[in-house]
Amino acid sequence: MTLDPNIPSGPLADKWDRHRFDSKLVNPANRRKHTVIIVGTGLAGASAAASLGELGYNVLSFCIHDSARRAHSIAAQGGINAAKNYQNDGDSIWRLFYDTIKGGDYRSREANVYRLAQTSVNIIDQCVAQGVPFAREYGGQLDNRSFGGAQVSRTFYARGQTGQQLLLGAYQSMMRQVAKGSVTMFTQREMLDVVIIDGKARGIICRNLVTGELERYVADAVCLATGGYGTAYYLSTNAVNSNVTAAWRAHKRGAYFANPCFTQIHPTCIPVTGSDQSKLTLMSESLRNDGRVWVPRQQHDTRHPNDIPETERDYYLERKYPSFGNLVPRDVASRNAKAACDDGRGVGESGLAVYLDFKNAIDRLGHATVAGRYGNLFDMYRKITDEDPYKEPMRMYPAIHYTMGGLWVDYNLMSTVPGLHVLGEANFSDHGANRLGASALMQGLADGYFVIPCTLAHYIASTPVEKVTTDHDAFKEAEHAVQSRITSLLSVKGSKTPRELHRELGRLLWDEVGMSRTDAGLRRALARIPQLRDEFWQNVSVPGDPNNLNKNLEYAGRVADYLEFGELLALDALHRTESCGGHFREESQTPDGEARRDDEHFAYVAGWEFRGVGTPHELHKEQLIFENVKPSQRSYK
Amino acid sequence: MKVHLKVWRQAGPDAKGRLVDYTADHVAPDMSFLEMLDSVNETLIARGEDPIAFDSDCREGICGTCGVMVDGRAHGPDPCTTVCQLHMRRYNDGDTIVIEPWQALAFPLIKDLVVDRSAFDAIIQAGGYTSVNTGGAPDGNAILIPKTVADEAMDAAVCIGCGACVAACKNASAALFTSAKITQLALLPQGRAEAPTRVVAMVEAMDTAGFGGCSNEGECEAVCPKGISLRHIATMNREYRRAMFSNR
Repeated sequence: MTLDPNIPSGPLADKWDRHRFDSKLVNPANRRKHTVIIVGTGLAGASAAASLGELGYNVLSFCIHDSARRAHSIAAQGGINAAKNYQNDGDSIWRLFYDTIKGGDYRSREANVYRLAQTSVNIIDQCVAQGVPFAREYGGQLDNRSFGGAQVSRTFYARGQTGQQLLLGAYQSMMRQVAKGSVTMFTQREMLDVVIIDGKARGIICRNLVTGELERYVADAVCLATGGYGTAYYLSTNAVNSNVTAAWRAHKRGAYFANPCFTQIHPTCIPVTGSDQSKLTLMSESLRNDGRVWVPRQQHDTRHPNDIPETERDYYLERKYPSFGNLVPRDVASRNAKAACDDGRGVGESGLAVYLDFKNAIDRLGHATVAGRYGNLFDMYRKITDEDPYKEPMRMYPAIHYTMGGLWVDYNLMSTVPGLHVLGEANFSDHGANRLGASALMQGLADGYFVIPCTLAHYIASTPVEKVTTDHDAFKEAEHAVQSRITSLLSVKGSKTPRELHRELGRLLWDEVGMSRTDAGLRRALARIPQLRDEFWQNVSVPGDPNNLNKNLEYAGRVADYLEFGELLALDALHRTESCGGHFREESQTPDGEARRDDEHFAYVAGWEFRGVGTPHELHKEQLIFENVKPSQRSYK
Repeated sequence: MKVHLKVWRQAGPDAKGRLVDYTADHVAPDMSFLEMLDSVNETLIARGEDPIAFDSDCREGICGTCGVMVDGRAHGPDPCTTVCQLHMRRYNDGDTIVIEPWQALAFPLIKDLVVDRSAFDAIIQAGGYTSVNTGGAPDGNAILIPKTVADEAMDAAVCIGCGACVAACKNASAALFTSAKITQLALLPQGRAEAPTRVVAMVEAMDTAGFGGCSNEGECEAVCPKGISLRHIATMNREYRRAMFSNR
């Protein structure tokens, strides 16, 4: 099967306008009669629920947290991009589009990315109107900064808490609709299956996490906005409850999974200490604007960093990339940190860290200026490590941060299951093989505020659905399947905790499907994951009662899904023998060690079809066509 | 090192609860407080016992999901720190730590250390927003907001909705939480239009949910992990009186 992205015809800049005009509308008086399920209340889910509620649809919104405001979008620090060109520095919709396509290493769709750049300007206006307290200039205008190596200042921010403020804006808009009765909020619900009737997504099965009851909900269409799958690696910058379960269960019901091997590893995270660590903490990329990355020249140098003289330090990014220096993109910075550590020149107790040094910046700018720029980050670092970055260099190491892959969607954000739409990080659509800084918030809100209200209306208006209730056989079958999986988890009664098994899977994925991947390593992972899965089902311990709050049961269910998903992640990485963006195959590099893309063989989206656990997935390709930009090899030398 | 714990265990809202003793062995100073609890739970799960239920998510102090009383203090001993960001280096070998849930009428207990904070959502639903629909917003720079005002609004907006303010208050008042949102929106021109109706509706929702009144003790400010100032409560009271005396 060839995957058809349903991209509208016409010139790039007119596609979205034309598509909106060609899309069918739902009569305002009839919207109330159409129910839409939205799973997840992060930026994409909350903005979609608010917008569809305002339009008059009957929206049912679900989240696993005790409040919609807790979704992990809240942790985004840096900012949100928009092609406003407020700074008159040459930015434009076209430039944001071009930067995103290039940054994604030419593995995303032109039409989607252009639409994203177009809607970016409306997002800022919308958020300002909601009362999001963006940073301002003294004259009262919105402030911008340059972010992630961009040469224009197009990033809007609210201190180091942009994600929080944008999410609260969307959450508040949604709460307004809850008060009006157009959105019904179901907190503490975990979606465990999608119900398909007549080939269309018509509902979901949820577990009420407080009572343990399984619940059925029916609708005309279902939207998943359930985030990425970074937690498959166990240690990541994601929240500990972020998971792949909703996406994976939808995948098992027929939604193709696209490009799972495109994972983003963020170069500046606080390194791992000890085996009990539950998550990694990101330190904003903005630190690299003034911090200098280095490791000792000699291997296994155990001296205190302040005792290592200049001549015995290797500022390897400045040495290898004289024009970009410390500001090379995330994937390049991460791989080089790993290379230095693999060479035995890593620092700290584990040897898995590099220094990020502010001494020169403090000497040049003064303590006060550095504190003004990075004070909150320095405090955070000190709180976690008990070390003072004003006096000694920070230690940093890369960590899993974001996943560009996700459920395959067409231009309308619809998956391969009619009626099942996927928004935000949960879909694969806009970032190609590598996401640029400050673009995740932009995509989540673009999908929710502006894209889905149009494309979902078209789906509803053009697709007749039969009237069904939750007594339909498909609901019974789905609920039964969910129930038996829960019963199986409880009946193993083994002696290993879900966390032990998750940690083991995570270590395996990090070693073999992490920053640098090889044919042999990926085959090792593919051999090992089924063994781990067997071990899980033979020896996991899930004590307690299914009929009340049982967090370990929830977690065990998610780990079981990671153990299936991990195999697809490795399979996709094995099949893509090129290097591109966050996916680095050691076999495909230039003579000086940089990633070498293979456009002739891999300029496509890999959409994987589920064929059963343990049965190889079937690959379907969506060819990527570049009519407006010419793919070129990225160079940061 | 090793620490002794006294943890509140309660199977459900109607069950009888009690403090149960546990020992956390092999505690490393770099562990976070919640990782220490994770390690206790790992031992319980491996033995087939029901682990201690507690809430947490981002574990970097921004989502507001975690929150317990540690030795009688909301989020533990460190100022401006959520319990997920509290580290075990704060403790000594052999210490005994008492861990209890938030206690407030408006936050009914679900299990062990987990409480239901949906009353906060109800307060926001009553008016914690600006009434704008998606689309049609004017250009972001059409509304000029001086930096000082934006900064002040942001100081209030950083609330993470964890509920520590309520837990610390002898009246279980939600005044700090509610006033932070009221101040943020009242300061900004976008929110000013609805300020009078908002303050009345939100204060009413706060009372309806079962939160107590504020008697200006300042316990809330002292435990707030985001350092939100008590001044916002004064702003709320001023806004409220102004709304009552005007025609709204």
